[in-house]
Amino acid sequence: MHLPLAASVVELSRWQFALTTLFHFIFVPLTLGLAPLVAILQTAWYRTRDDRWLQLTRFFGTLFVINFAIGAATGLVQEFQFGMNWSEFSKFVGNVFGAPLAMEGLAAFFLESTFIGLWLFGRDRLSPRVHLMTVWLVVAGTWLSSSFILVANSWMQHPVGYSQSGPSARPVMTSFTEVLGNDWAWWAIGHTLLAALMVGSFFMLGVAAWHIVKDRQAQIFRLAAKVALIVAVPATFLNLAVGSEFGVTIDNHQPMKIAAAEALWNTQKSASFSLFQIGGFTADDPDPSFSIEIPGLLSFLATNSFKGTVQGLNQVNASEQQAYGPGSYLPDVRLTYWSIRVMAYLGTISMLIALAGWWLWRRGTYMTSRRFQWIAVGGIALPFLSGFAGWIFTEAGRQPWVVQGLLKTADAVSPSITAGQVIMSLTVFLSLYAALGVLDFILMRRYARLDLPEIEDAGSTSATPPAVAF
Amino acid sequence: MSLPDLWFGLVAFFWIGYFVLEGFDFGVGMLLPLIGRSEDDRSQMLETIGPVWDANEVWLIVAGGATFAAFPVWYATLFSGAYVWLVLALLALILRAISFEWGGKSDHRHWGRFWMWANAAGGLLIPLLFGVALSALLKGVPINDQQDFSGSPMDFLSWYSLLAGVAVVGICLVHGAVFLSIRTSGEVRERATVLARRVAPVSALLAIAFVVATLAVAHDTNQASLFPAVVPAALAVIAAVDVVVFTRIGRQGWAFVATAATMGLAILTLFFSLYPRVMVSSSTFANSLTVDNASSAHYTLHVMTVAAAVLTPVVLGYQIWTYWVFRKRLTAPPVPATPAG
Repeated sequence: MHLPLAASVVELSRWQFALTTLFHFIFVPLTLGLAPLVAILQTAWYRTRDDRWLQLTRFFGTLFVINFAIGAATGLVQEFQFGMNWSEFSKFVGNVFGAPLAMEGLAAFFLESTFIGLWLFGRDRLSPRVHLMTVWLVVAGTWLSSSFILVANSWMQHPVGYSQSGPSARPVMTSFTEVLGNDWAWWAIGHTLLAALMVGSFFMLGVAAWHIVKDRQAQIFRLAAKVALIVAVPATFLNLAVGSEFGVTIDNHQPMKIAAAEALWNTQKSASFSLFQIGGFTADDPDPSFSIEIPGLLSFLATNSFKGTVQGLNQVNASEQQAYGPGSYLPDVRLTYWSIRVMAYLGTISMLIALAGWWLWRRGTYMTSRRFQWIAVGGIALPFLSGFAGWIFTEAGRQPWVVQGLLKTADAVSPSITAGQVIMSLTVFLSLYAALGVLDFILMRRYARLDLPEIEDAGSTSATPPAVAF
Repeated sequence: MSLPDLWFGLVAFFWIGYFVLEGFDFGVGMLLPLIGRSEDDRSQMLETIGPVWDANEVWLIVAGGATFAAFPVWYATLFSGAYVWLVLALLALILRAISFEWGGKSDHRHWGRFWMWANAAGGLLIPLLFGVALSALLKGVPINDQQDFSGSPMDFLSWYSLLAGVAVVGICLVHGAVFLSIRTSGEVRERATVLARRVAPVSALLAIAFVVATLAVAHDTNQASLFPAVVPAALAVIAAVDVVVFTRIGRQGWAFVATAATMGLAILTLFFSLYPRVMVSSSTFANSLTVDNASSAHYTLHVMTVAAAVLTPVVLGYQIWTYWVFRKRLTAPPVPATPAG
C-alpha cells in the first residue's frame, strides 16, 4: 500500500465501522421487529388462556433471546468505536450527539435489559399480568433505544439545534427540542421501525411456513402465520409510502444524496426515474449506455410533483464548493445508485409476497400452497438485505461528510491510532463476527425447526426454562 | 457545585455502580470452573446472576455514554488512547455476554465447556482491563497540547495500574463468592463460603495496597492533596478488613455489604484523587484534561442533568424491584433443564 498513513487509517476505520455496523444490524431489526410480535403472542395467551398461544410465545421467545444476546453484545462495539476510531468526531460532536446517546443508555438500555431478565426468569415469580407487562416494557425499551440512536444519526444527516462560534468551531447545542424534533429523525424512526416490523413479521412468517409445509404442528403455526401476515401487509405498504415521502425530506436537506441516487449529473425539470442503467456513474461518463426510465417519476419522488426540479450532481457540487471551499463533494455515485435500488426493489418484492399471502388466506388456500410456503421461507432474507442496502445508501450517500456540512469523514479519525492497530482490530472483529455469524445461523435454524414446547406448567409464559446451563 | 463537577460525580457514580453490581457477576463467572463441579452446580450458579447481569452491564454503557455527552474530550482521548486494550475488552465483553444465552443451547460436549470458559475469562479480563484503564487516568499517559493521546498502548501499563487491575479482580472474586454463599444452597454454597473465607485476606491486602497506592500516586503525578481522598480510602480499608471478619464469623449478608463497600470506596478513592483532572498527562502536566477543559457546554450539561434527575431514580427503582423479585435462595435443580421448554 502506498497510501499515506493517515488516509489508510481513515479507510480502515471506515471499513471497520461499516462492517461491524452492518453485522450489528442483522440482529437489531430482528430484535425490534420480533419483540412486539412475541408480546402480541403472549397477550393473545393472556386474553384467551389458549395454550397454543403460550407454546408459540415460548417458541419464538427462544429465538428472540438467541438473537437478542448477540445484538446487545455487538452493540457495545458501536458505542466504543466512536471514541476509539473517531476521536476527532467525538470531540467535535459530543456536545450535541452525545446527549441522545447517553439518554439511550439511561432511558432505554436499562429498561430493556432489566425487563428482559424479569421476563426470562420471572415467569414463576410474577403474576401473568405483571409478566405480560415485562415483555411489553422490553418492546418499549428496544423501540425507545432505536429512536434515540436515530435522533443521533439524524443529526449527522441534518444538523439542527446548534450554533458555532466560527466556521470550523465545535457545534454547541442550543435547543434539545430541536434536536429531538428534527424532521429527518421522525422520518428515519418511522422508516426504520416499519422496516424492523417487516424483518420480524417475515421471520415469523417464514419459520411458520417451514412448519406448515413439513406438516409439523401446522395448525398451531397457522396462528403465528396469521399474526405475521396481519403485521407484514400494512408494514410493507406503509414503509413504501413512508420511504418515498422520506425521499422528499432527504432531497430538501441533502440534494447531493438524491442526485447521486439517480446518477443525475445535471439539474432537470420533470426528471425521469431510472429503473436500471449501465454506465453513467462518473463525471467522465455521465450518460448511461443503456437505461430503462419512467418519465417524471424522479421529480415526483423527490419533490411530490411530476413537474418539480431535481438538482444535478454538477450543480450541487458547484454550490458546495462555493460554500465549503474547493474539492469534490460527490459520494460514490454507483454505490449510492444501486444501494437505494436494492433497498426499494427488495422492499417491493416483500410487499408482493405479503400481499400474495393475504390473498391466499382470503381464498382459503394458504395452508395448502406449498409454493407460497417455500417463498415465505426464502423471503426471510429479503427485509434484512433491504435494510442493509438502505443503511449503505444513507451513510455512503452522505460522504465525504460525516456530519453533513460540518465535518468531513477524513477529518474525523483518531490522530493517535495507527494503521497497524486498526488492521489488528479489524482482523479481531471480522474473525469473531464470522464465527458468531455462522454459530448464530446454526443455532437459529436448529431452534426454528424444533417442535413447539409442551406446556406442563400452565400459567407461566417466558421463553426458556429458568435453568441455564453450560 | 458547577455542572461539570456534578457530571464528574455522576460518571464516577455510574462506574461505581458498574463495578459493584457487575462485580459479583464477574466473581460468579470466575468461580464457575473453580467451584462449579457439575452441570447442576454451574446451572445453579448462573441462575443467581441470569436475571440481573444484563442490566448490571448497562452501567458500563451508561458510564461510557455519560462520558461522551458530558466530557467529549475525555471520552475521545481515553477511548482512542486505550485502543488496543479496548479491542481486547470488547472481545471479552462480547463472548461473555453471548455465553449467558448461548451456553445451554447445544448438547455438544465442547460447546458448554467453551462458553463456560468464555464467561470465566470475561469475568477475569474485563475488571482487570477496566481497572488498568481507569487507574492509568491518574498515573498519567502522554497527552499533547491538542488534547490528543500521544503515547503507545504500553503507556497504560505501570506497576500501579496493574496493581489496580489485580485488586479489582480480587475484590470481584470475593464479592462473587459471598454473593453465591447468600443465593445458593447445598455444596455450591459450602464451597463458595469456604472460598470467600480463604481468599478474603488476600483480596483485602490487594484492596488496601490499591487505595494506599492511589493516594501516593495522586500526590506524585496529580499534585493532589491527601484530603479528601483519604476519607473514602480509610473507609475502604475498614470495609476490606470487615470482609475478612464477616467471612470468618459467617455473617454472609454483612460480608456482601462489606465487599460492595470495598469496591465502591476503592473506585471512589480513585475518582476523588483524580479530581479536578479527568486524565493526567504524563508528558506535560499542563496538558492534562480537566473537568472544565474536557466538558460539554453549559446547555448540554443542563439538559442532561434534567434527564438524569428524572430517569436515574426510576432506573434505580425498577432495578431494586428486580432484586426483590429474585430474592429467594436457589436450590439445586431437581431435574435437568429441558431445552427451550
